[in-house]
Amino acid sequence: MSILVNRNTRVITQGITGKTGQFHTRMCRDYANGRACFVAGVNPKKAGEDFEGIPIYATVKEAKEATGATVSVIYVPPPFAAAAIDEAVDAGLELVICITEGIPVRDMIATRDRMRGRNTLLLGPNCPGVITPDEIKIGIMPGHIHRKGRIGVVSRSGTLTYEAVGQLTALGLGQSTAVGIGGDPVNGLKHIDVLKLFNDDPDTDAVVMIGEIGGSDEETAAEWAKGHMKKPVVGFIAGVTAPPGKRMGHAGAIISGGKGTAQAKLEVMEACGIKVTRNPAEMGTLLKSVL
Amino acid sequence: MKIHEYQAKELLRSCDVTVPRGKPAFTVDEAVAVARELGGPVWVVKAQIHAGGRGKGGGVKLARSEDEVRALAGQILGMQLVTHQTGPAGQKVRRLLIEEGADIRQELYAALVVDRVAQRVTLMASADGGMDIEEVAAKTPERIHRVVIDPGIGLADGDADRLAREIGVPAASVPAARAVFQGLYRLFETTDASLVEVNPLVVTGDGRVIALDAKLNFDANALFRHPEIVALRDLDEEDPAEIEASKYDLSYISLDGDIGCLVNGAGLAMATMDVIKLYGGSPANFLDVGGGASAEKVTEAFKIMLRHPGLKAILVNIFGGIMRCDVIAEGVVAASHAVKLTVPLVVRMKGTNEDEGKALLARSGLPIITADDMADAARKVVAAAHGAH
Repeated sequence: MSILVNRNTRVITQGITGKTGQFHTRMCRDYANGRACFVAGVNPKKAGEDFEGIPIYATVKEAKEATGATVSVIYVPPPFAAAAIDEAVDAGLELVICITEGIPVRDMIATRDRMRGRNTLLLGPNCPGVITPDEIKIGIMPGHIHRKGRIGVVSRSGTLTYEAVGQLTALGLGQSTAVGIGGDPVNGLKHIDVLKLFNDDPDTDAVVMIGEIGGSDEETAAEWAKGHMKKPVVGFIAGVTAPPGKRMGHAGAIISGGKGTAQAKLEVMEACGIKVTRNPAEMGTLLKSVL
Repeated sequence: MKIHEYQAKELLRSCDVTVPRGKPAFTVDEAVAVARELGGPVWVVKAQIHAGGRGKGGGVKLARSEDEVRALAGQILGMQLVTHQTGPAGQKVRRLLIEEGADIRQELYAALVVDRVAQRVTLMASADGGMDIEEVAAKTPERIHRVVIDPGIGLADGDADRLAREIGVPAASVPAARAVFQGLYRLFETTDASLVEVNPLVVTGDGRVIALDAKLNFDANALFRHPEIVALRDLDEEDPAEIEASKYDLSYISLDGDIGCLVNGAGLAMATMDVIKLYGGSPANFLDVGGGASAEKVTEAFKIMLRHPGLKAILVNIFGGIMRCDVIAEGVVAASHAVKLTVPLVVRMKGTNEDEGKALLARSGLPIITADDMADAARKVVAAAHGAH
């Protein structure tokens, strides 16, 4: 098992004809069961054509009806990406994964508002995607560093997720699913949502939770884990040395009004029974120590 | 992106928020001319820099005559204004705002921000205007009142009025406060702001509600649709290294330390800074080269890092995913030749084409120190930096 996606997931790619969409669609299709998983693309101007054998439809709705796909991945440029999410939500997909970085916050507020009361889950935006090793990779992470296994990984950052996965794999610890929730302030799934999924997944034994400065999502997840999580969780928060008031790359990674410091997050996590390390080189060994 | 107070006030005015009459001045003579045009008896001479805390730093003064305006403008223009936000070097004052004085009865606080938990815009207000609001939030959080705004409805009259009453606006001035709150929200929405802050928002002796100060920040992701906001950018207020970096699509922030770091990915870049600190060093910068770094981009990144005064060593930390290690290695070698590297260089590469990258570095004959993991890299770069004293 795994969370969110597996070898039977069928995926629509929104923005399949752009440079980024083409490149990553190829990489995802070539990973594990990808050839069977990536069943459709969307581009209203190229409906009826195909991308290297993957049929292109005019709308998400048509693609869903024709293929039975339940998930979409979005590589659409930032000015149009929120509308692409809206379209996927309106088509009633189960999960929408938005890779696009740089979507205006106001667009995301409107999109999240439209999603209220709907059943569609959103992952991202500004995220690397999700991978269930040896089954399916949806997103931009390098597939080859992953191994199939029983550790869950959830993180706001891309390369820092790879770092954690790389450390786990080197220690012989495979991953059940690795989820990048993204670095934007207004987004879909949060740490807490992914922790809940891992908690319920019989094939996940422990979780690495990686956060960064800004917001209070890590604290919220830690408070929940304290009362509910049946499996060990270890954590790392990036940005102990980050100065306040400066956006550290990610739109959501900013200490403002004295809130969202790495130190405060680490303290809450520790108080909630999550083992944390202040050394990003030790995420893997810390996880191994709690098994 | 930030703008000056006088620019913010012009935007406020365009959204029907009352602000004191006033104009910017770039010279002492202009300052006096503005004062004359406004008429007395009292003027406020305000330094225009992007950092907060200007009043405490001596950048905001009251003048009671034209001569006093002249003297104060001469004093403030060109000064290095030091506030808690500028750092010890301060920021040079190049612009002034000359305003009429206000008859203040009450000092309030109002701000609009994005509430990440509610995933909506929130209007915050407090009766404790004029004070450091972070302190108010920390010590007396119950004195900050909030309205979470439904994007489909906007700021409803009833919510605005309730908030006004909660912060002690007198009944007769509640409609004026409502108009201000709604104007601020309209400004937030139409400009894709990330912060609209008015501190203090004042009730005057005659019951008007006016924005005595104004601070606006804008969502960098939305600037593509706001050329009118981009036009307000003042490059004098920004770090030259950060401006240079943005030309090459590099995410760079200057810090106080002496170890430069070049990393792919924002989270890993922060973690790299953290691990340097953990091993006793101090990072000179945050630098995320992004996902599509070319040899040229890496070279530019090296040039920018090397400008940092007192730089003692550089750490390159790459986790190759889509980014290939051999491409980064080529960039590092090219940069080392192009910029005449004067400090020790530690490189840690992991992931896609790692072996090819390492081989390229070894073949280059450059005195590059290689490292296996982040801890090893941090230890080596800290040792190298200390050895370089």
